[in-house]
Amino acid sequence: MSGHVFHPGHSDLHGVTVVLETDTGVLYVGRYHEETAAGVLLHDAAEHQPAPGGTTAQAFVEKTLKFGVRAAHRNIVVPAASVRRVSRLVDWTAA
Amino acid sequence: MPYDPRLVQPMRDEMTRMGAKELTAVPEVDAALGDSRGTMLVFVNSVCGCAAGSARPALTLALRHPNRPEQVVTVFAGQDVDAVARARQYFSDYAPSSPSMALLRDGEVVHFVHRHMIEGRSPDQIAQDLTAAFDRYCQPTTA
Repeated sequence: MSGHVFHPGHSDLHGVTVVLETDTGVLYVGRYHEETAAGVLLHDAAEHQPAPGGTTAQAFVEKTLKFGVRAAHRNIVVPAASVRRVSRLVDWTAA
Repeated sequence: MPYDPRLVQPMRDEMTRMGAKELTAVPEVDAALGDSRGTMLVFVNSVCGCAAGSARPALTLALRHPNRPEQVVTVFAGQDVDAVARARQYFSDYAPSSPSMALLRDGEVVHFVHRHMIEGRSPDQIAQDLTAAFDRYCQPTTA
């Protein structure tokens, strides 16, 4: 069923838990809903802020893979201009 | 707000047909999970068609495997809210998601299937992952 879009008219990523990387280094893990002119809408998204001496983005994603998404945002729109990459969480693997 | 019970009944029926015991209230959850021995799979059911629509058939397939949990129980997210909240306390290291599955052995989580491990995958693919976990943690059962 890979590539199957359950809700017709939506992106392949609709309903899928993704990792959204931004140009500022802030990273979100959440359920992709859609991309509009305003940006990418994620549901139930966790957020990682880069900080000196803090958890790396890779470590944050690995922890999320194992223990799940600790949502900090019920809904969040990430401005399209700041989105660097969107990928499926399950495509991330341990470094 | 919970969905109309008539809408979700087929999703409940799918679980009980495969032999899962429904836990709809906190005392039922505590009775099942409170001092569990052996192996138990807890299925957090969901109305989400794109994920739960694969997860339930996947579990049906996986339970045909010779090695499988001695008990299968289920709670329904968004429906039996208190029961789900209580069940999640038994695997609170893991972030809540639905559908999801926790495989417990003697009350300890030994394997967890998050929603993100279900999305976009076929029942066969999910069942393969489940049976791999069953082979690792469960014994053959005739139940």
